[in-house]
Amino acid sequence: MEKQEVKLLGSSISPFVRRIEWALKLKGIEYEYSEENLQNKSDLFLESNPVYKKVPVLIHGGKPICESLVILEYIDEIWPQNRLLPEDPYEKAIVRFWANYAEDKLMQGIRNVLMSEGEEQAKGVKQVTAALHIIDAEMKSITKFFGGETIGYLDIVLGLTVLWLEVVDEVSSESKMFDLQSFPSYSKWMEAVKDLPLIKDNLPAKDILYREEQITLTVVPSIDNTKVE
Amino acid sequence: MSKDEVILLDFWVSPFALRAKIALAEKGVEFEARQEDLLGEKSELLLKSNPIYKKVPVLVHNGKAVNESTIIVSYIEDTWPTPSLLPPCAYGRATARFWADYVDKKLFDGGSKIWRSKGEEVEVAKKEFIEILKVLEGALGEKEYFGGDSFGFVDILAIPITAWFYAYEQYGNFKVEDECPKISAWIKKCLERESVASGYPEPTKVYEFVGLLRKMLGLE
Repeated sequence: MEKQEVKLLGSSISPFVRRIEWALKLKGIEYEYSEENLQNKSDLFLESNPVYKKVPVLIHGGKPICESLVILEYIDEIWPQNRLLPEDPYEKAIVRFWANYAEDKLMQGIRNVLMSEGEEQAKGVKQVTAALHIIDAEMKSITKFFGGETIGYLDIVLGLTVLWLEVVDEVSSESKMFDLQSFPSYSKWMEAVKDLPLIKDNLPAKDILYREEQITLTVVPSIDNTKVE
Repeated sequence: MSKDEVILLDFWVSPFALRAKIALAEKGVEFEARQEDLLGEKSELLLKSNPIYKKVPVLVHNGKAVNESTIIVSYIEDTWPTPSLLPPCAYGRATARFWADYVDKKLFDGGSKIWRSKGEEVEVAKKEFIEILKVLEGALGEKEYFGGDSFGFVDILAIPITAWFYAYEQYGNFKVEDECPKISAWIKKCLERESVASGYPEPTKVYEFVGLLRKMLGLE
């Protein structure tokens, strides 16, 4: 099963695709990467993800899997080396809870901040700051990564916040929106993550992310940046 | 082997709490359901076990709390593996998780939009909701359940929300049976199961509850 062909449909502007690349590289899985043109979607792409028409899509032995968190769990089941998720059901539940929380409050929260202005934005900043405090508190007990000495599922999921916060810093006209000094455990983890060659060498160029965010902000404020109509 | 202590913090109308109850019943796990009054004061156990969201359901298994209904159902599947709620192969499980995620993202919020809207927005919300049901009908296909021949993970996550369909139908002025007959048939099939029927709230009572929520939101 593991020997079947692995193809990843992605886009250089999608941060979510990076999660899958990190997981595949961590496990040493060979794959073929296909850069999808989100403004002119290929037949394969549309057939593989008819519900959302978004990247990433993993195609394994011809069968498509969509949604980055679903893909991560699938990868972990097929290729168990360098386990991403804990085996213990309770620990797994805790990891899934925080991944969910990160997607909901942090990822979505940061993007809301980027998409809004004035009072809306100030409210958004407050919400993200509150979420960062909560996550920072959770992180006090970890030594290096959530996965231990190597990164795991939660590091990969949260890893994207590293990108987004940098974009926020570059895009915001005023002084730093998020004072990372107030989140010492989170900051320490962020530095460790950014230092990993696996992550460092597999980040979308910040200026691409920044440029695409600007385009998204001015043209289509409510649309997910991985789906460009 | 010492007995497991399983407590579920519950609220009678919560479709999310019902997910956990169905999963536990399907697995034959004995548990104590404790009613929370979500419109009143929340219990200490709830506030301690779910400080982040302060919501039900919370599963407390031998003193350890698990939050978020989909995560709880996954935990139940991992902890009590038989009978299995997920397919044996990884691809089947990924497909189930994909549809579970779709149900989570779209179904309840889509329905809520109908009764939370005013004027022309109601029609828009209704149309969007029907679209969501049609996508789910496509996923169901000719199968009896989303899980195939056996009632499973996606069925458990979706069926509790259908208790709210009557309320959506009233406020949106449509009938699920006319728009999506396969979904209607699937609902009837699921309701034949004791695990579902025993906790499923009366749709007319849910409709009354929604009326109460609307009043609280200043919509009527």
